[in-house]
Amino acid sequence: MEIDFTATGHIVGIDLGTTNSLVAFMDLTGPRIIPGADGDKLVPSVVSIAPSGEVVVGNPARELLITQPERSVYSVKRLMGRGLADVAEELKLFPFHIAPGSESVIQLQLGDRTFTPPEISALVLRQLKQNAEDYFGVPVDKAVITVPAYFNDAQRQATKDAGRIAGLEVLRLVNEPTAAALAYGLDKRENGIVAVYDLGGGTFDISILKLHDGIFEVLATNGDTHLGGDDIDNLLLRIALEDVATEWGQDLSKDREGVQRLRRAVIQAKERLSFVPAASIELEYHGKKYQREINRELFDKLITPIVNRTLGPCRDCIKDAGVTVGQIDEVVMVGGSTRIPLVRSAVENLFRSLPHTELNPDEVVALGAAVQAAILSGTVDNKLLLDVTPLSLGIETMGGVVSRLIHRNSTIPASATENFTTGVDGQTNVLIHVVQGERELVKDNRSLARFDLKGIDPVQAGMARIEVRFLIDANGILSVTARDQRTGKEHSVEVKPSYGLTDEQVEKMIQESFEQAEQDFAARQVREQRVEADAILLAVEKARRHDAYFELSDEERAAIDKSLNELLLVYNSDDHHLIAAKIEQVNQATMKLAENMMNTAVRGALKGTKI
Amino acid sequence: MIDYYAVLGIPRGLNLSVDDVQQRYYALSRELHPDRFMQKPEAERQRALDMSSALNDAYRTLKDPIKRAQYLLSLEGFDIGEQRSKDVPAELLEEVFELNMALEEMRGGDDSARPQLEAAEKNFGGMLAASDQELVALFAKYDAGQSRDVLAQIRNVLNRRKYVQNLVSEVEKTLIPS
Repeated sequence: MEIDFTATGHIVGIDLGTTNSLVAFMDLTGPRIIPGADGDKLVPSVVSIAPSGEVVVGNPARELLITQPERSVYSVKRLMGRGLADVAEELKLFPFHIAPGSESVIQLQLGDRTFTPPEISALVLRQLKQNAEDYFGVPVDKAVITVPAYFNDAQRQATKDAGRIAGLEVLRLVNEPTAAALAYGLDKRENGIVAVYDLGGGTFDISILKLHDGIFEVLATNGDTHLGGDDIDNLLLRIALEDVATEWGQDLSKDREGVQRLRRAVIQAKERLSFVPAASIELEYHGKKYQREINRELFDKLITPIVNRTLGPCRDCIKDAGVTVGQIDEVVMVGGSTRIPLVRSAVENLFRSLPHTELNPDEVVALGAAVQAAILSGTVDNKLLLDVTPLSLGIETMGGVVSRLIHRNSTIPASATENFTTGVDGQTNVLIHVVQGERELVKDNRSLARFDLKGIDPVQAGMARIEVRFLIDANGILSVTARDQRTGKEHSVEVKPSYGLTDEQVEKMIQESFEQAEQDFAARQVREQRVEADAILLAVEKARRHDAYFELSDEERAAIDKSLNELLLVYNSDDHHLIAAKIEQVNQATMKLAENMMNTAVRGALKGTKI
Repeated sequence: MIDYYAVLGIPRGLNLSVDDVQQRYYALSRELHPDRFMQKPEAERQRALDMSSALNDAYRTLKDPIKRAQYLLSLEGFDIGEQRSKDVPAELLEEVFELNMALEEMRGGDDSARPQLEAAEKNFGGMLAASDQELVALFAKYDAGQSRDVLAQIRNVLNRRKYVQNLVSEVEKTLIPS
């Protein structure tokens, strides 16, 4: 079937993963993944800055991660929407190079350049956008991007910022397990209660949904945004590093390349262990060898604490959904880490049913995002997602206690209104502190933003009446509006996000990214012109041996030589226009030659034909 | 205050068919959800956001009998402020006193209080069930005559229920520390 370009209006679905990212779209035949130029459907979420300054993303960046780890970064999703204090644990386990000046927004050092986590994610998104554009042959500027269901407001905002920096209008953020359910429901089931267990590279989500004639209603969600396959890698890596220290008498942990090589060996062993009873971690480095066999039994024992950390959120989710284990019809497994047999058996034990593993756990989220893109474009009109907010939203009240306004697992969009007044005569502004989380005290929750209600008429204390409306939109992102009930006047609400980028910072990054994209585009055009030049140089070389070449006059042959020399002179320039002009000159000079060759070919063909 | 009954298009009342509410909610969601307005002008998208958030708030409130009753009370001008923990219903005074002793012991590491707490958990659980029965009857009574006296009775049951509910969660938290 023909690809229907107009059908989805080129809205793509993107799974921006901790380890791998994918882009998908939906046509009349259903959702499908768009592969990269190398044919790979998975684009590793790795970014590296080549010595030339060129930004490298995906598989080639994964290679550079080994050879130039100080100019490369992976698993940046763990830092999205976080402050430096939040990621202290991450920094111990991951080789993130934090640049100075990271107090308000984390800055990562890659070679001599610095990037915020949203900018790194934007580079991955830009690669996916490029892959889609190469595939369609037209620009792509709208996307649905998936996020872990348990992502808070700041993490969602950071993901949206990344999309904007990459030149994508993010029409919707969809929760990963919900997207998976959408792809699953499309394929397998129309009605019933479905649990989605999503253990990826760095995040864990559990969601329970009710499927009802095309409506996908999330009943509850829970999770841990710092739990995934990465944690297993780090565990095995620590063991291997200790081994190496003992066997080689060498602390490899300070050797960045050595660590990355060992990390890759560990990941390979981990992946093999899902299919074979024993696998070995093998490293050859600077003439030394390390080998250690790990069998399934030991592996299971090692990772049991990590797998068990997923079970608490599962139980809470079942409780919040108001269902019993027996009422859950299916459990769908999502994320690469659900290939691990221990994970499967733990899920089977908890839900007392065999989990579904027939969908590709790496692809199902991106496919679901593509379905949501089709819903938003209007091409699919019989499906609807009703998702929830994962965390309660509240405001700080007297004594640092939280007053909860919107409870977790409320279907979004959701809203709440609260009336505020002044405490002092003549007071003209009120500070409001918004937090997200389930704990009683403000300090135990996550600070989301501080709002300053300004321009209140100076009246007696307690007389002002300002109605503040908190609205969580379908992306799970908060907005606030305020109205003076006495005057009916709308108040300006100045949002100071506790973490994350301001609008101005994002605008600046969009500009920089645009300039960078232009540079990269120019570099690509130069490369393309050189490929063109190579082709024409080769063709002329061949033609020189052709009879037709000798039918040319001396002047004509001299003109060809001159044009070739001029092309060779500009071949290495950075100006693609100049290379193109010289290619055109060769074309002109060889036109007669080409005609002659054509005629010879026609004569040859006619000779062989019996009329 | 937004009239959630009007949003869902159902008459004001306390005993509702949850199935009916759900059917209406699904049907209205298909029409009003922001997903349906992505290709529309900004003003229409904003309207969809407002309407669907009101619809979700309405469904969340009215599908749950306790929230529904609280909402109707506030709609009818009843003050349903937080029940303060020191306002112990008189008939529960003795039981609450003993329970608090047992909770203190358990928190202090004395596991011998466990059977007593488990018994209390069961007892208070029974009270909750009884309150729910009582509410069903009162809901029907209100729907028949829309009497404010009945609403006042409902408020008392809700306050008591809330108090018992808090006790049960305290016991649960103490028995299974998270």
